Amino acid sequence: MSVDAQTTILLWALILPIIGALGVVAFGRWPNLRDSWTVVIGISTFSCVARLVGPVMDGARPGLLLPDWMPGLGLGFEVEPLGLLFGLVASGLWILTSLYGFGYMRGHNEIHQTRFFTCFAVAIAAALGIAFAGDLVTLFLFYEILTFSTFPLVTHAGTEAAVRAGRVYLGILVSTSVLFLLLAILWTSTLSETLHFTPGGILDGKISGASAGLLLLLFAYGVGKAALMPFHRWLPAAMVAPTPVSALLHAVAVVKAGVFTVLKIAIYVFGIDFLAADGLSDILMVIAAITILAASIRALSLDNLKARLAYSTISQLSYIVLGAALATSAAAMGAGLHILMHALGKITLFFVAGAVYVVAHKTEVSQLDGIGRRMPFTFGAFCIASLSIIVLPPLGGAWSKWFLVTGAFDAGEPWMAIVFMLSSLLSIGYLMPIVVRAFFRSGPEGEEGGIKEAPLLMLLPICATALGCFAIFFYADGVYRLLAPVMGLGG
Amino acid sequence: MSDLAFHLPVLQVLIPLLAAPLCFLLRNEAIVRVFTVAVSFTCFAISMSLLGQVIDGQVVVYEFGGWARPFGIEYRVDILNAFVLVVVSGIAAVVFSAGPGQARRVIPEGREYLFYSAALLCLTGLLGVTITGDVFNIFVFLEISSLSSYILIALGQSRRALMAAFSYLIMGTIGATFLLIGIGLMYQMTGTLNMVDMAERLRDVSHTRTIFVALAFVVVGISIKLAVFPLHQWLPNAYTFAPPMVSAFLASTATKVAYYLLVRFCFGIFGLTLVFEKVGIDVLLLPLSVAAMFVGSIAAIYQTDFKRLLAYSSIAQIGYMTLGLSLATEAGVSAGLIHVFNHALMKGALFLVAACVAWRMGGTSIEAMKGLGQRMPMTMAAMVVAGLALVGVPGTVGFVSKWALVSAALEKGELFIAFLIMASSVLALVYVWKLVEVAYFATPEAEIEKKEAPLRMLIPTWILVGASIYFGIFSGFAVEVADLAAAQLFAAGM
Repeated sequence: MSVDAQTTILLWALILPIIGALGVVAFGRWPNLRDSWTVVIGISTFSCVARLVGPVMDGARPGLLLPDWMPGLGLGFEVEPLGLLFGLVASGLWILTSLYGFGYMRGHNEIHQTRFFTCFAVAIAAALGIAFAGDLVTLFLFYEILTFSTFPLVTHAGTEAAVRAGRVYLGILVSTSVLFLLLAILWTSTLSETLHFTPGGILDGKISGASAGLLLLLFAYGVGKAALMPFHRWLPAAMVAPTPVSALLHAVAVVKAGVFTVLKIAIYVFGIDFLAADGLSDILMVIAAITILAASIRALSLDNLKARLAYSTISQLSYIVLGAALATSAAAMGAGLHILMHALGKITLFFVAGAVYVVAHKTEVSQLDGIGRRMPFTFGAFCIASLSIIVLPPLGGAWSKWFLVTGAFDAGEPWMAIVFMLSSLLSIGYLMPIVVRAFFRSGPEGEEGGIKEAPLLMLLPICATALGCFAIFFYADGVYRLLAPVMGLGG
Repeated sequence: MSDLAFHLPVLQVLIPLLAAPLCFLLRNEAIVRVFTVAVSFTCFAISMSLLGQVIDGQVVVYEFGGWARPFGIEYRVDILNAFVLVVVSGIAAVVFSAGPGQARRVIPEGREYLFYSAALLCLTGLLGVTITGDVFNIFVFLEISSLSSYILIALGQSRRALMAAFSYLIMGTIGATFLLIGIGLMYQMTGTLNMVDMAERLRDVSHTRTIFVALAFVVVGISIKLAVFPLHQWLPNAYTFAPPMVSAFLASTATKVAYYLLVRFCFGIFGLTLVFEKVGIDVLLLPLSVAAMFVGSIAAIYQTDFKRLLAYSSIAQIGYMTLGLSLATEAGVSAGLIHVFNHALMKGALFLVAACVAWRMGGTSIEAMKGLGQRMPMTMAAMVVAGLALVGVPGTVGFVSKWALVSAALEKGELFIAFLIMASSVLALVYVWKLVEVAYFATPEAEIEKKEAPLRMLIPTWILVGASIYFGIFSGFAVEVADLAAAQLFAAGM
């Protein structure tokens, strides 16, 4: 593929979701047309992103530069392996979530469906913008667009509770990004002549000691979407949104955009070698470890299913931050893989939570007795995804955990390996009881027996992502080869 | 043609000055409106063409009657004031095309031409202050613009507009008098009123107490006009009770011109060494600017009236501009100028939104805006976009301002100031979001039918909103011109 052709495909990948959003608005009056349109756009977007895989694996870096944004600062895109992986995850799961969303929104007779799917498409466009951003400023631009485009989704219900949750959501995400992230970017711009993501980093030798540590913390906390404690409250708050939003955005696109940004900054702004030197990232490591454990412990005691999953997500996100902070090739690889592995697992869990809500109107864990017998496929999928989060082979989660733990030992931080292990134990503690309840307890008195599964439009995506957890275990090699050059692991 | 190009500086002021009394002759409202819009667009074209003439660093000097300085009065156009001329005349062109809006309900039938006449006089004054190279001329034009703006403010619907106009008159007069006293002292020491001459001659006497006193009078006088915290008391009432269109015009132009004056006096006449090294006004101005950013934003959060909220937000935004100035670096001055341009666009757009709301709902209390998101979708969408620009979301002009200002602060090693700028922009999010929540999530008490403001008002609003986005993405124009202006100013001052 020629360079021009690659650039064209990149451009299409970025523009298609926007066209999709416009189409959704235009076709708003005809729900079937509108929804098919979304799927068509989803598939085209994904295939555009997928077509970039070949060239990128061959070492190409398709790019695009819109100059004249500000003197000396262009709006730039560049596809590199890590971003490509995130782009694939976001656009691929968008298709499944759209299908699921039609089932959910219709099954639940939600209002304002057109607005919902429009904002959804814009959010995906923003996520792809983040994935392919070539420099910090472009990344920041799309980061903020993602925040604002998801706000109407979080407050979709329009109730007092939704508005309050929306306030927390916007308040934390915007203030951290403006107070810390933008400041960090501007600080970086005074140190380095470029803000372009450069392999090996742009800060090595330009800053050191305590100020370097401060800058790293500004970046890590500035990316509020990574949900590091104590700036994690927005994520549970966002659970007030309809479940498809929680599934794709708050298990995949938004939160992964956060940790992806952290990882990208670690690799391309600081550089792994620079981070590893002088214990620069020690504090970040400790914060991530605390977040992993504290969020898991919190998840144990929550009865609301979505809230429990949200805290599980907070804990899992910090795996990736910790992977970046460990600053070894293996840990960074583990972090990169975990973006994919956790996405597949967690989106399945959320899909199931939504299915239970639509079919049985149940939201609390304690209500789920015997539900596995009524919805065997759905809860079979839940079981598989849980095991993947817990990191049992042969499920995808095992690979990322393997690399993360290896990375912890490489970095000479055996304590961090123990943190990972403890967290796995805790995840058994908050996920397995749900499976046990669903399958081994009998349902409440007076509830009719027999199988009553989720609508097909919801069931298919659930099974697909669950199978994905399984399949990716065997195909992880391809992802490894895609990411290896970035992580300094050789081809 | 070259003759016309030669006379452009004087035409810039002469055309609106002559047009104002012509409104009396035309009388008919429709004709006068078209005439006013045509005049303001002509002014805009002239200022653009002047900017084109000076952008390469050449200074255009227009000597009245061919008398060279120090004997004659001259207009002097460099990049700095050409830039401000563009902002003022551009905003005038857009806002005037929206018509008097709600003010029409106050003006007696058949007297609308008086409104246009006052508006044109105000424009004349503002353009004159900006373009002239003579310090006494500044005072004269300042009075023209002030007197006509008192008239315009007094046209507000509520009777409190009269009181607001009156207190603005008192404060404005004190400000102008201070400026005049300062100018008098400077004249006494230098024997000239021409800016360039004055700047040269001041160097020999800059150690005298008279000049120190002159500096104090000039800076305080301008600060009143500029509404620098804590001299801002007149502004919230004036902007709140004035007709919305007038607020839109004054908020985007009058304070900008005052800021221009401050920059001109500090860097062009008194000079960097005197102002910042000997007297050190940054010691005072920097904390006051930061205080303005926070006091203005926090006060804005608690307002119950849309326009009052915008007025307090303006006080905070003026803080950003004076902060840039008090950094006393080229980057800082440039950041302040960038914000002059950007803030004019954003605040103009928001006040026009307020005008649309007032037109439709009869008032601008935030209470009255409940549920307007569904009832005036285009107007409220404009409010959201312009509001986000005010917060400084990337892709809007607000972000460009913030970027420039924070870069300038960091360049000077002021990490803490940079952090404070960020923190105050988070406060902007709070008050903007308060509006958004009211418009989109609150249910109105009475059922209102879905009806937009007239297109005549909606189109200018969206032009400014569009410009807030356009210049946020292609910010080259404002940033480059402001950089050049600051560079020229510093090169001349050295």
